[in-house]
Amino acid sequence: MTDVPAAETKGSATAVPEAMAWDNRARRVVLLYVPLACFVLILLFPFYWMTVTSFKPNAELYDYKTYNPFLIGSPTLDHIYKLLFQTAYPRWLLTTMMVAVASTTLSLLSSVLAAYAIQRLRFRGSQYVGLAIYLAYLVPPSILFIPLATVVFQLGLFDSPLALILTFPTFLVPFCTWLLIGYFKSIPYELEECALIDGATRLQILRRITLPLAVPGLISAGIFSFTLSWNEFIYSLAFIQSSEKKTVPVAIITELISGDVYQWGALMAGSLLGSLPVAIFYSFFVDYYVSSLTGAVKE
Amino acid sequence: MAVATVTDWTRARPQPSWLARLLDYKPFLVVACLLPAVGLLTVFLTYPLGLGIWLAFTDTKIGRSGVWVGLENFEYLMSDPQFWSAVFYSIFYTAVATFGKFGLGLWLALLLNNHLPFKSLLRAIILLPWIVPTVLSAIAFWWIYDPQFSIVSYVFVDVLGVRDKYFDFLGTTWPARWSLIAANIWRGIPFVAISLLAGLQTISPSLYEAALLDGSTAWQRFRYVTFPLLLPILAIVMTFSIIFTFTDFQLVYAITRGGPVNSTHLMATLAFQRGIAGGELGEGSAIAVAMIPFLVFATLFSYFALARRKWQQGEAND
Repeated sequence: MTDVPAAETKGSATAVPEAMAWDNRARRVVLLYVPLACFVLILLFPFYWMTVTSFKPNAELYDYKTYNPFLIGSPTLDHIYKLLFQTAYPRWLLTTMMVAVASTTLSLLSSVLAAYAIQRLRFRGSQYVGLAIYLAYLVPPSILFIPLATVVFQLGLFDSPLALILTFPTFLVPFCTWLLIGYFKSIPYELEECALIDGATRLQILRRITLPLAVPGLISAGIFSFTLSWNEFIYSLAFIQSSEKKTVPVAIITELISGDVYQWGALMAGSLLGSLPVAIFYSFFVDYYVSSLTGAVKE
Repeated sequence: MAVATVTDWTRARPQPSWLARLLDYKPFLVVACLLPAVGLLTVFLTYPLGLGIWLAFTDTKIGRSGVWVGLENFEYLMSDPQFWSAVFYSIFYTAVATFGKFGLGLWLALLLNNHLPFKSLLRAIILLPWIVPTVLSAIAFWWIYDPQFSIVSYVFVDVLGVRDKYFDFLGTTWPARWSLIAANIWRGIPFVAISLLAGLQTISPSLYEAALLDGSTAWQRFRYVTFPLLLPILAIVMTFSIIFTFTDFQLVYAITRGGPVNSTHLMATLAFQRGIAGGELGEGSAIAVAMIPFLVFATLFSYFALARRKWQQGEAND
């Protein structure tokens, strides 16, 4: 029983007969590259379709008989022009950007402090505070939006971007804190002890030693928060009413869809432009993003 | 005289100001550091959570504070077929989508775990559906599911000639439900695949070598090496996936808004429709609160069913 496979592995390690090598290559193509290509194709197709649609003139868009729908016959910027100059789209984009940046900054600040307190100051019960913050991440916005709407209303923040800036941290802070606790854990405590002996205060230690070492963690948390707040939908839908204060995802759904005839060209152009900032931002920091995703899972 | 020289030697330490001393006082520092995060979470998360549960037992409407009505909201929902249809579809949606996401995601992760050219580029591309705002990709799916100009129908009818009629993706109950599930799976695969890939990469190659020397087949290596070692990560990713699929809102709201004839409502979209759009905050909260038991159950189930093995193996790994 043990001899046969051992001989087999030995065989594959040394000279492989030509037919078998071909077999291996064919096997690899069929079992690896073909499924992988299918995955990539399916995962990317909606983006391709989005792009193609946004640059097609209406005549081509609704006529599959004369034009090949996968290609653009005569590309046009009509939809994008219409979007940028005949709707409040730039305004929505600006609002979204502002809300995302502000809520990211707010969450990063409070999570850095919280993570530092939990992981480094080590007070009694710090584990439980950490656990509570982790559990907060498991509370989905879909359960919270109705009572939050009344809270926002009572605070007089209804229909104001401030409502979004203050509510987004409910899902950003738990995630960022969790991620940063993991990063702080990886920084040797001895460094801080040395600084303490040298007479540095706790805040100096945080500013001069811990934070510079945790920069990759900060970047990951920042990117993650930015994309999460850019993508947020349900709070923006529930708390913002006036058209000009809406964020891009909500505005496309509620403002661009008018009547029964959908302007697919403009809708797709809007989706494309709304996705681009996050996609570009993401492409600069892919590795940080992946590490934060996987690091958070591994923690 | 000697005493004087001694005092001269101990140079007066610069006395830190009261602010600096306060900032170095640990209990104060702990409170000050925790205050922003805990404050934000208390006001905008814990309090609303409690308020939501309270609202579920009142008849609050928008612009009118309600009174305690006990279980009336829940009694009404119990006899509401639309609510039960939403409960059913939420469970069905979560079950099928999770199954699909994890099946395909694990497959993709296993494919990516091979030696491939352009691996990091590939990984970056695969994560795209996860990065792009869900609503925006949902609109793209809505366009793909269009009854007259669906590209999928075009391929099946005009290119392949397999069918002679265009698909009616969103017009009737079951096709609409399956279409939404497909869109959800599409969006969920990258997250599952990349997280599981991270898990796969932590498995030591020497284990595979040992298994190979013992004469294991590929399936045996997957079943007895990969899968058990992947379980802890699988448990966590699955818990998150189940929670966020069950409470999904964006996809359904963007593609069907609960139609046709309210058949694709998830509990979250129904809560929105009744609570915010319809103004019945009490009833909407009752629907939202009704999600909590399902979530707790799903979390406990996926966590204990899968993570149990971890402590059985006695790993001291937090």
